[in-house]
Amino acid sequence: MSDFIEIGSINDIPLRGARVVRTHHGDIAVFRTATGNVYALDEYLPGKAGPLSNGIQHDEKVTDPMYNWVFDLTTGEALGADEGKVETYEVKCVAGRIHIAAKAVIPSVAAE
Amino acid sequence: MTQKLIIIGAGMAAGRALEHLFEVAPNAYDVTLFNAEPRGTYNRIMLSPVLSGDKVFDEIVTHTAEWYEENGVTPRFGEKIVNIDRSAQTVTSENGEVLHYDKLIIATGSNPFIIPLPGHDLNGVIAYRDLEDTNTMIALGDKPGAKAVVIGGGLLGLEAAAGLALRGVDVTVVHIMGHLMERQLDEAAGYLLRKALVDKGITVKCSANSKEILGENGKVKALLLDDGTELPCDLLVMAVGIRPSVALAAEAGLATGRGIHVDDQMVTSDENILSLGECVEHNGDIFGLVAPIFDQAKVIAKTLAGEEAAFSNKEVATKLKVTGCDLFSAGDFADADGREDIVFRDPARGVYKRLVIEDNRIVGAVMYGDTADGNWFFGLIKDREDISEMRDTLIFGPAYQGGSPLDPMAAVAALPDDTEICGCNGISKAQIIAAINDGAHTLDAVKSISKAGSSCGSCVGLVGDLLSFTLGDEFKMPEKEVVCKCTDLSHDDVRKLIVAKELKSIPQAMQELDWKTTCGCHVCRPALNYYMVCAWPGTYEDDGKSRFVNERVHANIQKDGTYSVVPRMLGGITTPNELRAIADAADKFDVPTVKVTGGQRIDLLGVKKEDLPAIWYDLGKAGMMSGQAYAKGLRTVKTCVGSDHCRFGTQDSTGLGIQIEDAMWGAWSPHKFKLAVSGCPRNCAEATCKDLGIICVDSGYQILVGGAAGLDLRETDLLVQVATEEEAIEVSCAFYQLYREGAQYLHRPYKWIAKVGLDWVKERVVDDLENRKALAERFHYSQKFYQIDPWAERAKQGVDAHEFAPIADFTKVEAE
Repeated sequence: MSDFIEIGSINDIPLRGARVVRTHHGDIAVFRTATGNVYALDEYLPGKAGPLSNGIQHDEKVTDPMYNWVFDLTTGEALGADEGKVETYEVKCVAGRIHIAAKAVIPSVAAE
Repeated sequence: MTQKLIIIGAGMAAGRALEHLFEVAPNAYDVTLFNAEPRGTYNRIMLSPVLSGDKVFDEIVTHTAEWYEENGVTPRFGEKIVNIDRSAQTVTSENGEVLHYDKLIIATGSNPFIIPLPGHDLNGVIAYRDLEDTNTMIALGDKPGAKAVVIGGGLLGLEAAAGLALRGVDVTVVHIMGHLMERQLDEAAGYLLRKALVDKGITVKCSANSKEILGENGKVKALLLDDGTELPCDLLVMAVGIRPSVALAAEAGLATGRGIHVDDQMVTSDENILSLGECVEHNGDIFGLVAPIFDQAKVIAKTLAGEEAAFSNKEVATKLKVTGCDLFSAGDFADADGREDIVFRDPARGVYKRLVIEDNRIVGAVMYGDTADGNWFFGLIKDREDISEMRDTLIFGPAYQGGSPLDPMAAVAALPDDTEICGCNGISKAQIIAAINDGAHTLDAVKSISKAGSSCGSCVGLVGDLLSFTLGDEFKMPEKEVVCKCTDLSHDDVRKLIVAKELKSIPQAMQELDWKTTCGCHVCRPALNYYMVCAWPGTYEDDGKSRFVNERVHANIQKDGTYSVVPRMLGGITTPNELRAIADAADKFDVPTVKVTGGQRIDLLGVKKEDLPAIWYDLGKAGMMSGQAYAKGLRTVKTCVGSDHCRFGTQDSTGLGIQIEDAMWGAWSPHKFKLAVSGCPRNCAEATCKDLGIICVDSGYQILVGGAAGLDLRETDLLVQVATEEEAIEVSCAFYQLYREGAQYLHRPYKWIAKVGLDWVKERVVDDLENRKALAERFHYSQKFYQIDPWAERAKQGVDAHEFAPIADFTKVEAE
């Protein structure tokens, strides 16, 4: 099977907006920043932060709505004094469609 | 032996190629130069100064009749070549003459692209390409009241528009993209450019789609946009791009793509035919700017002279030739992984500079307002120089290493003299500066002499800036609390400047107020958004993405990521039907917890985000709307049962509570705003710890303000006692409006009153009846735009549907 799976159109996510992808091992937040870049990260840092797709975006960062942790969308790392990291997943846009790494969403591939 | 060289096209490329050829091989060729335009080579780039009147045509001619004669070139101007016969090595001119060549250069340039809109062939629809077009535009300037529309907000279109405006023509630029010159500029620089053009009297319409060109008697009359707008015009200029002119080469069977294919030596697929300029395609690139074309001219001359040379395409920089719009752009400035920005803004001078850094190298530069260092940055881009050593001071340019920080006074310095700084006392910037010059050298002295800052005190920050700006180091500004790390301004400063400078969007505010980050943070964005919601009801477009999630999805997020839903019940009054609908909804959506709140409402806790629109739909059907229990805005009006039922009740407290809530729901404010109305001093509705409480007494209504029962516990103070319900409602609305307009974001009324003083509030809401009325009127005006049930919009009209549903769900997909 292909390494990437299509999840929707780029227009499904407004600029500075985010949407969720549901998977068997938890939700993934897909962000589209003001400059049009698309990132996929785990929706939750269990016990610490999330749901990140509900946060306010600024530059390539998002502020967690629960405790105001700020995460770098490019690395998933918490910035500032907070320490933690959410998993990031490869995404790419081809002809206006968003594709996510298949191993992020399909359990059988993740297990390989 | 002299060979025959024929050149088709006498544009800038051909002119430059001839100069180089005569340098490297003075007598090798006998040259015949054909040109369809009835003239020789001139500097086409300088047509804009000709249009604007800065230059006359003769000044931009680069090759005169004498030059051609001295160099033995036979000019055949005004004559087209209609055919090339490659096997016979001949060309045929339009009057049938056949000439032999040993070498042929095709330099046919490009044709302006004309959008095939209905009406594009009308009289008065032109491109901006040659002297004829320029003269048509100049002639229009002689016609009083002439109007022109320019389609295309790129380099050429804007130069045309600016030139027409200088000739006295009323010009509108129509641009399909979201900001001007999007290929060269980012949004912030595009904004500054647009502002400068608007200042020149040019109307700019971005994101505008042209639909049809309307005409009358075969002549252009107006441009119709697809939103129905009609822009009347006497002339329509299309400046939307160029296409390489390849027809002649293609007919001769040469390899062509978008342009005529050439190799690194500028030779086409026929070894005796060469080509350069805007008509060629080299390694997939086509060319519109002069720098790489001049490089091609050097290469083609050497190739003809039999010397080794190879063309390679390099970075190019762009400058706009419009007086007063100084901009520079070079390299690649798109955001991408691993790229960082260095941004410098000086709003007072309208300066914006941005460098895009990747791997310690500058890969792109955009500058507006001050482009003096453009070539230095361009050099660093071309040479791929490592800038890590000078990174701290890089943005200040080559002459300024280790320089001083930005001028925090810039925004204040830029204000016009008659700007009102102190709204309470009506004191302008000029009056404050006069007071300072008269010897008031401290904040207190300015307050006592000019009265500025002596009332509510919210302008003290700006007064301090004016002291620093006027006195320099002599004045030491007391520490002030800034909004966040993105700015040096306080909340009060920002609020006042938004009004004074009429800032109506977040990007505009960040540019004009010298924000230090490109797009703010989670602290300043919600504050800016609220200040604009308050300042510009009806005209500001609320930015949901700058709101905390609760206000964006109109429900309260809970610790597990579910939401709580609270329907509005005016005055805490409900009905059996509403209760049945709430019970049905709780059953249908498996609501785990149903709770009665402290504000006399019912809270449904644990609703899944994707169920929100559906549960709202059901509640809406029963006549209920959002209780805004999540809002920095009007929350609830608690009431007791009052004189209807209670033996102690002095007035209809329930009815008054319902009227006030009905007038106030939907309003946004700096923080949440809670009210209560008690029917007697026993105070069952607990009105004395609310932001605004009313206690009914036999003789009327006591209006109490500034209570709190949260982190701080504070009893209300009496604002005023009034005799009638109408007055009670008017005072309540006026007080709320004064708080909405004056308090800093996230300050409850008690914090704001502590800062401005209760007496100051009384003066405005109690003593000055006219001001009370004006405040209440401003509140009611604003309510026209904000009393919209957000649940209904989302449940029935699908507003923000993307907020609620996942984009994809793989839990329903079987694993392979």
